[in-house]
Formats: sequence, C-alpha cells, structure tokens
Amino acid sequence: MLEIITFSTLNGVLYGMLLFMMASGLTLIFSMMGVLNFAHASFYMIGAYFGFEISRRIGFWPGFVVAPLLVGGVGALIERFGLRRVHGYGHVAELLFTFGLAFVIEELVNMFWGRLPVDYRVPPSLDFVAFKLFDTTYPAYRMFMLATAVAMFVFLILILKRTRVGLIIQAALTHPNMVAMLGHDVPTVFMLVFGVGAALAGLAGVIAGPALVTQPSMAGLLGPILFVVIVVGGLGSLTGAFLASLLIGLVQTFAVAINGSLFDLIGPTATTIFGELGSVTVAQIAPILPYLLLVVVLIVRPTGLFGNRET
Amino acid sequence: MTGASRTLLAFAAFAVILAIAPMVFASGTSVTMMSVMGVMIIFALSYNMLLGETGLLSFGHAVYYGLAGFFAAHAMNLARQQGLPVPLPVIPLVGGVAGLFFGVLFGAVSTRRAGTVFAMITLGLGELVSAFALLMRTFFGGEDGISTNRAKLLPVFGYKFGPQIQIYYLIAIWCFVCVALMYAITRTPLGRMCNAVRDNPERAEFVGYSAQRVRFIAFSLSATFAGVAGALSAINFELMNSHAAGAGQSGAVLLMTYVGGVGQFIGPIIGAVLITFLQTSLSDVTKAWMLYFGLLFIGVVLFAPGGISGWLALHAPLVRGGRIFRLAPAYALAALPFAALFVGMVLLIELSYHMLVDAASEGTKTSVFHIAMDGASAPPWIATVVLLVGGVLGLRAVWPKIGDAWAAATEPTGGEA
Repeated sequence: MLEIITFSTLNGVLYGMLLFMMASGLTLIFSMMGVLNFAHASFYMIGAYFGFEISRRIGFWPGFVVAPLLVGGVGALIERFGLRRVHGYGHVAELLFTFGLAFVIEELVNMFWGRLPVDYRVPPSLDFVAFKLFDTTYPAYRMFMLATAVAMFVFLILILKRTRVGLIIQAALTHPNMVAMLGHDVPTVFMLVFGVGAALAGLAGVIAGPALVTQPSMAGLLGPILFVVIVVGGLGSLTGAFLASLLIGLVQTFAVAINGSLFDLIGPTATTIFGELGSVTVAQIAPILPYLLLVVVLIVRPTGLFGNRET
Repeated sequence: MTGASRTLLAFAAFAVILAIAPMVFASGTSVTMMSVMGVMIIFALSYNMLLGETGLLSFGHAVYYGLAGFFAAHAMNLARQQGLPVPLPVIPLVGGVAGLFFGVLFGAVSTRRAGTVFAMITLGLGELVSAFALLMRTFFGGEDGISTNRAKLLPVFGYKFGPQIQIYYLIAIWCFVCVALMYAITRTPLGRMCNAVRDNPERAEFVGYSAQRVRFIAFSLSATFAGVAGALSAINFELMNSHAAGAGQSGAVLLMTYVGGVGQFIGPIIGAVLITFLQTSLSDVTKAWMLYFGLLFIGVVLFAPGGISGWLALHAPLVRGGRIFRLAPAYALAALPFAALFVGMVLLIELSYHMLVDAASEGTKTSVFHIAMDGASAPPWIATVVLLVGGVLGLRAVWPKIGDAWAAATEPTGGEA
C-alpha cells in the first residue's frame, strides 16, 4: 500500500510537472492574446518527433537542445504569419485557426513518420535504475524528466519575475495597449511568448517521448487534458495552472493504480443500482476523471480555481 | 419581388432540387452520398443555430447527434422484436426527443456562460460522453456499435424502406421539414433574441430577456434537430457506433458549418453538401485527403472568414445592381495565378505523400492529375516550386487590381458592399 502511494505520488508529480510545462505556455498565450491554442499539444508532439529524428541521426542530447528551439521557431512563424492575420477577425476565428492547425500538424506527422508509434528510446547514458524502494525500481530517466521539468519551472519564474522582459510580459498581460503606448513592440512580445510557449511544449515532448509513446495521436490525447488544466486552474493564472497540473497528474496516476469498483466496495447491490457501471473499476474511469473535474469546476466556479476572468 | 415571396421561391426551388436530384444523379453511389448530405444538412444547420445565430462555439455537438442515433437504433430494434406497429418514418421523432432530453440536461449546465467557458464545458461533456460510451457496452455496443435493420418495421403504403432510393426520399422529406422549421425559428422573436444575445448580451438583459434562458432554449432546440439528424443517420447506415458521438464528428460539423459560412442561413447547407461530397470523393482520389481538409479549413479561416456563403453574399448587391461584370476582368486575371498556386500545392502534397509513404512499397513512379512522373527525379519538383512561387507572386501582383475593381464596381452606389 505504502509502495503504491509512494510511486503513484512520484509519477503523479512527474506527470503533473510535464503537464505544467505545456500548460504554462498555453495559459500565458491565452492571457496575452485571448487565444485558446488548440495546436499547443501539437507542439508537444512535433517536439517529440523532432527529438526522435535528431536522436536517431546524431544523438539524444543534441536533440534535447535543438528540437525545442526548432519547435519554438515553428511556433513563432505560425504566430507571425498565421495567427496575427486572423487576429482582426476575432477570437473565434483565432481559435478555429489553431483548431485547423492541430489537424494539419497531425496529418503531416502521419505523412512523415507514419501512423504507428516510432522507436524513440531512452538514451543509454540515462538508462539505469535510479533507486530501489520496497523491491520496486525507479528508472533514472524519470528522475531526469522530473529534474528538467523543475528546472524549467524555476527558469520560467525567474524570467517572469526577475527580468525586464518578464516585467513587460506581465504588463502586456493586462494592459497591452498601455505597454504599446510606452514604446514597446507588443506584437513582437506576443510572438516571443508564443515561440517560448511552443518551445516549452516541444521540450516536454522531447523528454516525454521516450518515456511515453511517440505516436501521431499523442497530441489529440493530451490536448483536451491541457485545456482541463488551464480551465480548472483558472484561465490566465500561472499559479492555478501549476496547482491544477499537479492535481490532475496525481488524480490520474492514483486512479490508474486503484483496481477496485463499486462492486468490490458495496457488493452485488452496485450492479443492481448502477447496472454495468457498478463493475467498472476506478482504473477504467481514470481517463474521464479530468473531464468530470472540468465540468464540475466550471459549473460551481466558472472562473476556475484561481482565475478572475471568464473569457 | 418582396422578401416573403423570394423566400417561398427559394424553398420551392429547394424542394424541387431534393425531388429531382436522384433522377439526375441516379447511380447507387450518388444516391447514398446524397442521403448522407441530407442528414448532414440538418446536422450542420442545427449547429449553426448555436454558432451562427446565438454565437455559441460548441466542441461537443456530436453528443446529441450520436446519443439520439443510439436511441433511434434501439427503438428500431425494440419495435422489431416486440412487433410494435411503428413505421420507420417516425423514428427520427425518437431521435429528436432524445436530442431534446440531452439538450435540456446538458444545456442546463453548459449554457450558464457563453464564450470560452461554454466552449470548454462542451468539450468536456463531449469527452465524458464518448468515454462513457466505451464503458457502457450493452447500450453502446463497444467498438462494434449497435446494428439495426430498417426494412423490418411496419410498412407504410407498401414501402418497406429497403432500397436506398426510398431512404433518400425519407431523408429528403425530413430534411425539407427541418430546414423549413429552422428557417422559421430564425424569423421568430426567439430567433431575433438569439442574435441579440450573440451580439450584445448585456443589452439584451437590459431589454428584459435572460441571456442564459435564450441560450438554453437555442441549445435545446439545436440538440433536438441534431437528434433528428442522428436518428436519420442510424436509419441510413443501419449502424451506430460511439465515433458518431465523438470529437471527430463534432469537429466535422464545425468544419462544414464554418466552411459554408455562419453568417447566412444557406451557409451550412452549402458546407454540408460540399464537405460530404469531398469526404466521399476525395478519399477515392488521394490518400492525403485529411490533410486537404485541414488546409481547406485554415484557408477559409485565413482568407474568407465569412465562409463560402459570406464570400458569395459580398457579391449579391453587385449582381442585383448589374455591376458584377465589372469584376470579371480582375477575377479572370487572378484566376491564373490562383490556379497555379492550387496545382502547385496539390503537386507538393501528392509528391511528398508518395515519396514519404508509398515510395518504399510502390516505387518512386506516380501520377498526379493523370500525368505520370517520377518522384525521385527533379522535373516534377521544379515544376512544383515554379508553380508555387509563380502563383504567390502573381496573386500579389493582381491583388491591388481586384481592390481597384471592387472600388470601381461599388463606388457609384455609395459603398453599398
């Protein structure tokens, strides 16, 4: 029992930090431009594929550095030549643009790398056992993922809170027009934030690719969860996104580890009351828990846990 | 001609088109395709009650379509097993009631807010329903879905609805009725209030209407029509599986509606017909058809945010004023670079797709537009680059001319367009 709790907590925190690497960019982009970027998870996916392609040709570490930068560049270009064009047509058009983009990126990935998962492996330098607890081993690569995610988190906080660029970004979040009046190039700041957000998602893809499965559906599977994170945390709130990431990470990993059902809990009456649902295990409903959380939170508190705006 | 008589004329034309379409396109495949088009017209118009009329962007509209389809399939199976005297043409009512029920149920929680919150709730509900569909295997039939038999119900005037042509006319009649009803709704005070809530919810509240209630009613009605479409789909395919309620179907209806245009009533009809046609025919022509859909969607969002019908509507005043011919030279000039760009894009996609996916098994030789070419040689790629670059440069060169032509065509009427 203690074993399950320890490892589920570790994995949950790890998953949560990965989610936060993407959710942070998504929520920053949202609060600056008002765009819910449907293609954000696609950046995560192309990060994983770029990482795979580079690691196959040169090695894992060059991919670790170059792939996120490439993804960031792609993101900045998309903002400059796509999103900025649609900006004038309103938020719905922007949202639909990213919606179509996610679709196109998935098809392109299908075209370049095929529909089957690719063999993106953990590098040999990290392929060992980190520690052993209660007879269960924990791979070093997961510790590396956790360290990367935490380092990114600290880096992001430092940039936002301690640098001049961070100051301008924070100001542009709430008063873009005023910041532009003061002579700052707000569109370029937008492009920068979009690029950095994409790069962060790309980095998450590079490090998650070998541990999870690198396949064309990975964006479609993760994208909605990201929305859950930033909406539950409160749109535009970094603190909220952080806590919601951890919450969802932990909820999902713990749910997967619990193999019980209502039937096990209250006996055969479960099936008479709930029918088939009585014998469904908690592990089986793990994928839908985030959406349940989303719907409940939005009904009870439409601004999310830490948000102060609705749209 | 007054507005009312023009509307009557339009609906009469619509009825005639529905009636004679299977005589013009009589082959089995086209009748099947047109049956799907009829279903999709209802579905897309019901979606536009939300997106276009009330300004609600939903990512889970297929929930009502899919759930109603399952209820209809079960109703048909039940009627057959119990020998109930239920004729097939009333089965869509079952779908409508199911759609209404779930519309009221989920609408009550989702329409309390508009905008992004609404979009996110519908997304969450959509994911919830499709996940539940896989858990509840007896009702949803798991991966296989629920199959049914439309020909085993009570015959009506000797029609047993086995042949596809009978199903086509069944769908056509339901389609006409639903389109007429949905058009009528846009003309009622409720339809007008939907527009008001879309444009300025605060002001609508000050006038004395609850924006939330207006959204809720619009949502429930929209789910009802989506339910009718879902039931017709179950009748048409005699099969319902959980994909019909999933995110893919919700995305498809959004694509149809937006490409057709949300600003005009006819927009979703154009979108449903065009996208269904492309879905059926493109997948035979090219393996990269999904990519073309994505690019089409992005192209519409980028260059024609009003959709096809919006673009056509821009020209309506010119047609009425008899000035449309003044645009003809500029459009003819633009057609050439546009065609070059289009052909270049198709070449690029087809060549890349062939070299990346099929070359390993089929060799590097392929044919695009029935022209044989070798993907490993330079000429096709050079042609692609020339067409793309030439198309872009050409369009940039003629773009100002189109602007001038527009200005010239619209000027004397005082900027009517």
